[in-house]
Amino acid sequence: MSEQVLVADTGVSKVKHVVLVLSGKGGVGKSTVACQLARCFDQLGARTGLLDIDLCGPSVPKIMGMERQLVHTTTKGWLPAFVDPAHARFPVLSMGFLTDDPDAPIIWRGPKKNSIIKTFLEDVRWGELDVLVIDTPPGTSDEHISVCEYLHTFDPDGALLVTTPQNVSVTDVKKELSFCHKIGLPVLGVVENMSGYVCPHCTTCTNIFSSEGGRLLAQEAGIPFVGKIPIAPALCECEERGVNPLTVPEAAASLAPLMEFAKSFLAAPERARKPAADAATATAASS
Amino acid sequence: MNFFGEIGACGPERRSCVPAAAPAPAHCPGPESEAAGTSSACAGCPNRAICASAASRRTTVDPDLAAIRQRMASVKHKVVVLSGKGGVGKSTFSAQLAFALASAHERCGADGSGSAREPLQVGLMDVDICGPSIPRMLGIEAEDAVMQQTAGGWTPVYVNDNLAAVSVGFLLEDPDEAVVWRGPKKNGLIKQFLREVEWGELDYLVIDTPPGTSDEHLSVVQYLKAANPDGAIIVTSPQDVALIDVRKEIRFCQRVGLRVLGVVENMSGFVCPCCRKESTIFPKTSGGAQKMAQDFGIPFLGKIPLDPLIARSCDEGRPYFAAHPEAEASQQFFSIFDGVLASLGEQHSA
Repeated sequence: MSEQVLVADTGVSKVKHVVLVLSGKGGVGKSTVACQLARCFDQLGARTGLLDIDLCGPSVPKIMGMERQLVHTTTKGWLPAFVDPAHARFPVLSMGFLTDDPDAPIIWRGPKKNSIIKTFLEDVRWGELDVLVIDTPPGTSDEHISVCEYLHTFDPDGALLVTTPQNVSVTDVKKELSFCHKIGLPVLGVVENMSGYVCPHCTTCTNIFSSEGGRLLAQEAGIPFVGKIPIAPALCECEERGVNPLTVPEAAASLAPLMEFAKSFLAAPERARKPAADAATATAASS
Repeated sequence: MNFFGEIGACGPERRSCVPAAAPAPAHCPGPESEAAGTSSACAGCPNRAICASAASRRTTVDPDLAAIRQRMASVKHKVVVLSGKGGVGKSTFSAQLAFALASAHERCGADGSGSAREPLQVGLMDVDICGPSIPRMLGIEAEDAVMQQTAGGWTPVYVNDNLAAVSVGFLLEDPDEAVVWRGPKKNGLIKQFLREVEWGELDYLVIDTPPGTSDEHLSVVQYLKAANPDGAIIVTSPQDVALIDVRKEIRFCQRVGLRVLGVVENMSGFVCPCCRKESTIFPKTSGGAQKMAQDFGIPFLGKIPLDPLIARSCDEGRPYFAAHPEAEASQQFFSIFDGVLASLGEQHSA
């Protein structure tokens, strides 16, 4: 391990920006957005970390190609797994790293989940980071309340909401929006995922889950629309194999909106500890 | 069943290098023992109060369980729809299953058997507290559907004469309002749903759940235990990212003693509406749900292809198979429903 880790601080006190990826609905691509957004940040040269607080169904290890990785304990706290272990770069932490048997269910009620989330934020050696991306489970319950309560003192930059275009999903995301308002978490933008599928046989684009739901939601709620990520088999393929999709041109193309978002997020002047409104307008102006 | 013990046992098998969040003291008598919270080893343990209160609670039986058993006595079959993964189509499947069961006797008549059987009475309970999708999928808008509270309990919302539903969606004034509840509050509502809803005589109660293996799932299983649930139907999509979560859910069922009626693979292949050729969106890297069902030795009920019209039917709150009876997905739905009925030892359609 390099010097950098040895002098690093425990907890998230040296993390400049925190972005939460939220969605009321399950299976809309929160983990995809969280992992790939983190990869975009990393590619842009920002010191990036990725935390997965979906305890019952962690997908981050699979998508990052980091299954069977280990978390180590040290005298100064837990040492997360690294995407680039040689340089101790890009720390990742997930419940998936704490179970021996990948099929073993985590059957935990709220209080136990809250305590592990606190540990993830307090006792893990995140070190000095520019951005920490946090992937969440679906809903507005224990995990979300806990992570927001804890992060409150650190003034997180805000939340990126993920939705699929159909009404059923948009309804759930509206709830998440109301959750953000209730707890005073700024909304950085809305990503519409699984937006259209191009048939490989006849190249007709079908909107499997209808279309435009995300954009309409963003307009209605007056929040920035980050963009649409199409259903891209190349991207699915990368995630199944844990390959970095930014190295695969076909898959990288579908992630363009996230890359744009990451660029404008990092480029926004004086982002650190800025009030919510500024952060939102900065993103809106550039998208 | 001692659930407190279950939860304790179900924690992740931690590696030795990782400390537990609140490590048990050296001579911990175990939360299920008689001495829980009172033995000398418990002094100073952060969990002492919890263990002690649970131990005292165990001596008295939860009176609600008896009430739930009594309420559920008039429900013939209770089926839970589960999936570790979100967005794989639990609510879609639950809603279509409920629609199908509610129209089963009509199909019977159409086939010419024509017996003057009573229609089946079907209930659909949505215990996804934070993201209820059932109201929309049944075509009930929140404004005109409110669960009435009467002396006997809550009256469910009726879609048809023989199809009723309960959901937290019917309790909200503003459908966009977030339900920001921690576990205990969710458990309380689920208990109320099970104990206080006046279903009347039901042939089937389908219970739709949120993703995961947490409060809602433990509560449903724990409370239903008194009323002998038939089992669980597991819904998944074919890709590995979903299957790793679904495997956990199957292990959950095994641990809590809930029978798995079968596995349904949803979003299995996409048929282009333009050229009718099939392509794969979610790749089956490890053989898909069929192989997983084989590995676990549980029945595989079938595959439902991805059809844009299913999403549209759900948005409009209508039974998909009634609008598109000739479609491939409808045929699959029917064969899966027959499989479910067979596993319950029932036959309704010809």
